[in-house]
Amino acid sequence: MTARPGFVLEVDGSTPPTLFWKGEGFTLERLPEGSRVIYAPEPLDALKDPVAAIRHALEHPTGDSEPLSALLRPGMKLTICFDDVSLPLPPMQAPDVRQMVIEEVLDMAAAAGLDDVVLVAALALHRRMTEPELRHALGDRIYEAFAPHGLLTQHDAEDPENLIHLGKTDEGEDVEINKRAATSDLLVYVNISLVAMDGGHKSVATGLASYKSLRHHHNPRTMRHSKSFMDAPSSELHTANWRMGRLIADSGVKIFQIETTLNTDTFPSQFAFLQRREWEWNLRDRATYAATATALDATPDKLARQIFHSIRAPHAMTSVHAGEVEAVHEETLSNVWRQQGVVVEGQTDILTMGLPYICPYNVNSIMNPILVACLGLGYFFNLYRGKPLVREGGVLIMQHPTKPDFDPAFHPSYIDFFEQVLTETTDPAEMHKVFEESFATDPWYIHLYRTGHAYHGVHPFYMWYWCAHALEHLGRVIVLGGDPTAVRRMGFSPASTMADALEMAKDVVGPSPTLTHLHSPPIMLADVQ
Amino acid sequence: MGIAESLTARRFFVTGGTGFLGTALIERILRTIPDAEIVALVRPGRRGDPNERVARDIVRNDCFARLRSELGEKFDDEIARRLHAVAGDVSTDGLGLDEEGLATLASCDIVIHSAATVSFDAPLDQAVEVNLLGPSRVAAAVANARAGGGGPSHLIAVSTAYVSGAHQGETSEKLLSEDRFSLAVDWEAEVASSRRLRNDVQDASRHPDQLREFTKRAHSEQGASGTHLLAARAERFREDWVKRQLVDAGSARAQSLGWPDAYAFTKALGERALVSQHGPDGANPVPLSIVRPSIIESALSEPRPGWIRGFRMAEPIIISYARGLLREFPGVAEGIIDVIPVDLVVAAIIAVAAKGPEQTHPDVFHVASGVRNPLAYGLLVDLAQDWFGRHPLYDERGQPISVPAWSFPGRGRVQRQLRQATKVMGAAERGLTMVPFRRKQAEWAAALEEKQTLAERALGYVELYGAYTETEARYRVDHLLTLFETLDAEDQATFCFDPAVIDWVHYVSEVHFPSVVERGRVRTSPTKQTGPDRETRMRTAVLAPERHLAVFDLEHTLIASNVVDSYAWLASRHLDADKRVGFVADLVGAAPRWLALDRRDRGDFLRSFYRRYEGAPVDEVKRDAWDLFHEFLLPRSFPAGLARVRHHRRLGHRTLLITGALDLVVEPLAPLFDDVVCARLSESDGKFTGRLAELPPIGEARALLLDRYADEHGLKLDQSVAYADSSSDLAMLEAVGYPVAVNPDARLATIARRRGWLVEHWKRASGGTDRLLPLGSLDVKSLVGEAGSGDSR
Repeated sequence: MTARPGFVLEVDGSTPPTLFWKGEGFTLERLPEGSRVIYAPEPLDALKDPVAAIRHALEHPTGDSEPLSALLRPGMKLTICFDDVSLPLPPMQAPDVRQMVIEEVLDMAAAAGLDDVVLVAALALHRRMTEPELRHALGDRIYEAFAPHGLLTQHDAEDPENLIHLGKTDEGEDVEINKRAATSDLLVYVNISLVAMDGGHKSVATGLASYKSLRHHHNPRTMRHSKSFMDAPSSELHTANWRMGRLIADSGVKIFQIETTLNTDTFPSQFAFLQRREWEWNLRDRATYAATATALDATPDKLARQIFHSIRAPHAMTSVHAGEVEAVHEETLSNVWRQQGVVVEGQTDILTMGLPYICPYNVNSIMNPILVACLGLGYFFNLYRGKPLVREGGVLIMQHPTKPDFDPAFHPSYIDFFEQVLTETTDPAEMHKVFEESFATDPWYIHLYRTGHAYHGVHPFYMWYWCAHALEHLGRVIVLGGDPTAVRRMGFSPASTMADALEMAKDVVGPSPTLTHLHSPPIMLADVQ
Repeated sequence: MGIAESLTARRFFVTGGTGFLGTALIERILRTIPDAEIVALVRPGRRGDPNERVARDIVRNDCFARLRSELGEKFDDEIARRLHAVAGDVSTDGLGLDEEGLATLASCDIVIHSAATVSFDAPLDQAVEVNLLGPSRVAAAVANARAGGGGPSHLIAVSTAYVSGAHQGETSEKLLSEDRFSLAVDWEAEVASSRRLRNDVQDASRHPDQLREFTKRAHSEQGASGTHLLAARAERFREDWVKRQLVDAGSARAQSLGWPDAYAFTKALGERALVSQHGPDGANPVPLSIVRPSIIESALSEPRPGWIRGFRMAEPIIISYARGLLREFPGVAEGIIDVIPVDLVVAAIIAVAAKGPEQTHPDVFHVASGVRNPLAYGLLVDLAQDWFGRHPLYDERGQPISVPAWSFPGRGRVQRQLRQATKVMGAAERGLTMVPFRRKQAEWAAALEEKQTLAERALGYVELYGAYTETEARYRVDHLLTLFETLDAEDQATFCFDPAVIDWVHYVSEVHFPSVVERGRVRTSPTKQTGPDRETRMRTAVLAPERHLAVFDLEHTLIASNVVDSYAWLASRHLDADKRVGFVADLVGAAPRWLALDRRDRGDFLRSFYRRYEGAPVDEVKRDAWDLFHEFLLPRSFPAGLARVRHHRRLGHRTLLITGALDLVVEPLAPLFDDVVCARLSESDGKFTGRLAELPPIGEARALLLDRYADEHGLKLDQSVAYADSSSDLAMLEAVGYPVAVNPDARLATIARRRGWLVEHWKRASGGTDRLLPLGSLDVKSLVGEAGSGDSR
């Protein structure tokens, strides 16, 4: 059966209620007649033989590049970098794409007689991965072969010994990246492009960069001028990364880029209803929904979180390309659009969404209020090309409990950001000016980032900057079912029922508004015409 | 000749000048009598300078505000010229005057003795020394000064109307020896007996059984806070016990002889002693007058309406009532409460001074309202209800407190009810402090203790003052009024002391209550006070840039964990599942023993517990300790606490961690602080020996260590801050100027509340991992089952 494309439903009297995520749970909401619901395309068929496809890609490179085997020679220094735990979402069932690709690369390296091979998790300022996470991404065989010898490393953006400054772009941006990777004879980057902004020059220029380098594009100005950052030509973030990527290439760093795309098969079979269209739910779907939703409401938060975070997505590979960065990325983008693109006619006054339990920065952890804002305003809002789904001055209603709960080991600086920064300002530019540096250079945060599993001190700022475009564009943000204190502290409005939320929205956009619901996950990209 | 004229340029010698009546008296004389000078006998101040004490305790009082504004720039010169101080003490023979002091006394014309222990519950020995012997001592000194021919010509002794006891009916202004109801008690025998009693009680308080009891109580209050602090506390308990015995003895003796309390009793005997020695028939006669006021309260008009000093008898009762604490107070609605404004008493004393003494028979004057212008107790209660109905006090939430309707119960019933309540709360409090509660529960215990203190205080009021609302004695003022009649119209206006002038409704509602409430430091409006609240102010002080050092305890102050957790995590980390069960059983089994040991002595506990590390491989444990920190301790940290450490550092304060935890456990935390002092295990052949390399920094050792540390770094501890959670850290908290109790245990919560320390409630971040047992990494999925499928690693 071939996958059906995305679909825009117009709600009428016979439409069943629509599924809304709310963190570790979901509800059914009846939307007003005339509302639109955007459904993602169904998951594309997987590559029949992924391993063969990987081998083929390595030996038949895209763009101006020799085959991988031709680039490998004995005695050379090889560094294999890979995307970290923030991809894919949810984490995929084993074997992970990274494991499959790296095993092939390592086989070739072994065949070519290389003995200086190091693996680097391209963390940027994310937290270091835990042992189980590394084992999951790479497989036990690779882990056992590299980790005990110190050859499986994680990028450390605060290690002055292992950073190298490659120069400044025409715009004066510092390019400072991982020294081992930059000084290798070959840098192989293994990517997973879950969304359109992943991959390309961003892999190395961001994933292996230092704070000094990242701050040039991770700031409110860039984010406000990325409309959206899922749409490369309109994204200032993209432009900056490309400038830096070209400088990296010009400075002689030899990169062999391997990019993969996954289908949107997001949930295992027992949660299949989560990616089906409600009017097509069968008896089993309805029964599972009822049982799960009821059970979850009675489950303690922590247990519910554990259950959800143990979900492994049945994602399957839909494409793999290798070779020169920009050419490979072109192919990748077209595959991402093939899976995720949905054409939507015109903007809406009110955009609704239900936010799930996970975003790139809380894998195996809790989604704190700042990450809620980032997922809704940074990610979901930006899942568009052309025009935002919601008109300028419109209202975004997102459903999530937004409890002021934080993970002290993973997100320590978020706690202080919530207590010390958001109590003073919610304006990205203001906090950038007043607070960013003290968090970014706080030795305690740096210590926790380097020795533990903490996000860098500056990371909560970046999360807030992701929201900058949406904050500027929207007339109001309403968090349905959100903790009133936390929601208000972020400058949003809490609402307890959808009816209330719609009434509040009407105060901003006027009576008889148009409403569109983004039925995600699975991920989709709205091509707004 | 008018009063002012006849007293012009006279020299007064005044005792008790720092008291309520004395202050008003000095101010009035200076303000109304031209060129009159005053010599005030005061106990020397801390630096031994009586002038400093006079300046601080008399002149700086708001009583002098009027005179200050009348004199303007001349005020200081005028005071310096006319108000002098001599060091002395009425509880010593000869008043403790030196030659110069005696000469000064001899240079005075009129002596007014108003020094007294006015507290109704003073220990018997103290009351005897001051109230009983004080007047005779003053008289003896005067007689001595007069020996050379000159010297004071008039001694006015201020007594109390209640010297005649609590008998019914009217009492006239006669010497006690002429009063048929007054028992002729042998005052010398009472003095001797009270001195013997003081020695006996002191001895009894040192009996081994008593001493053990004091130590036990100190321990139960403060836990394992260290030998020195426990000893200091036990000694306080002993002193308190001695005082209580003497207070009891005083009131029992007074009541057995028909006086309401030791105050009236000792004042009565003091009068008798004075008259018998220095009356016209005495061995050393001194021209005497006795002024007996009833209950002195705030001023009717001089120096300003409502002026009052100190918290006197009626005020705590009024405030307790307005706060709803005192729901019933015994008394008879028709009974008379004999109150007299302080300015009337002052005027009467000045008038007596102007009149001069009778040479043949001491003059006695009552200054009381009960006969001339009675205030019915029922009216007072009605006025209170009405006034506090219109001007309620507010509770801490900003809600008005409604005052109870008083039912005029008998004293016995109220005492029974209050005793019952006090007992129940006392038992509940003891119960709560025995359980190792933290946070809210600990706060309850502290709050309960406060409630109990209030209930005890209320009971105290009833026991102390009940007699005064029930007394049916009436103090006649014929003699006083006769004196008033001799004044000309101008003096009658300027020095008015006719109680008839008081309009009770006006005085109580417009003058007295507003003054009491203003001074009572109570909430009189529903809105939060303007400006930051107390807690914020204290926090600002703690975080002031000029602080030097911030010291932090670790366990339960910054991290909700302890040495046992950490050990269990490290020790179980490499065990397989089966062995873990046995390990846990073993740990749980040993827990009660450790808990008991920890309660008794933290040092013994640590030494004993750390034996468990014997034979553990040093390198492996040190490596694991980093995971322990990131996976177990950090999730249990209090983010606000970690932020506070960094806040201190940003302010340029030095930061120090002091903990009994092991160095390897603390190492990942070290970058947070400038310095760390912790326990260290000794090593041998790459294994831990299970013995501590040095004494762990706990209890009193911390105070010493802080002293040394501050010295070495040139820091001042009185400018430093300490954070800790338990009464066992008391020595450290007491060592600094700014102690902060963090999530205190019940004992520390109680101590912190009593001493007004800042209390911080720091919580764990709610999104951290939470395991029931502190064990090494467990596979969560094996517990909850895997929700996904196909993950086959």
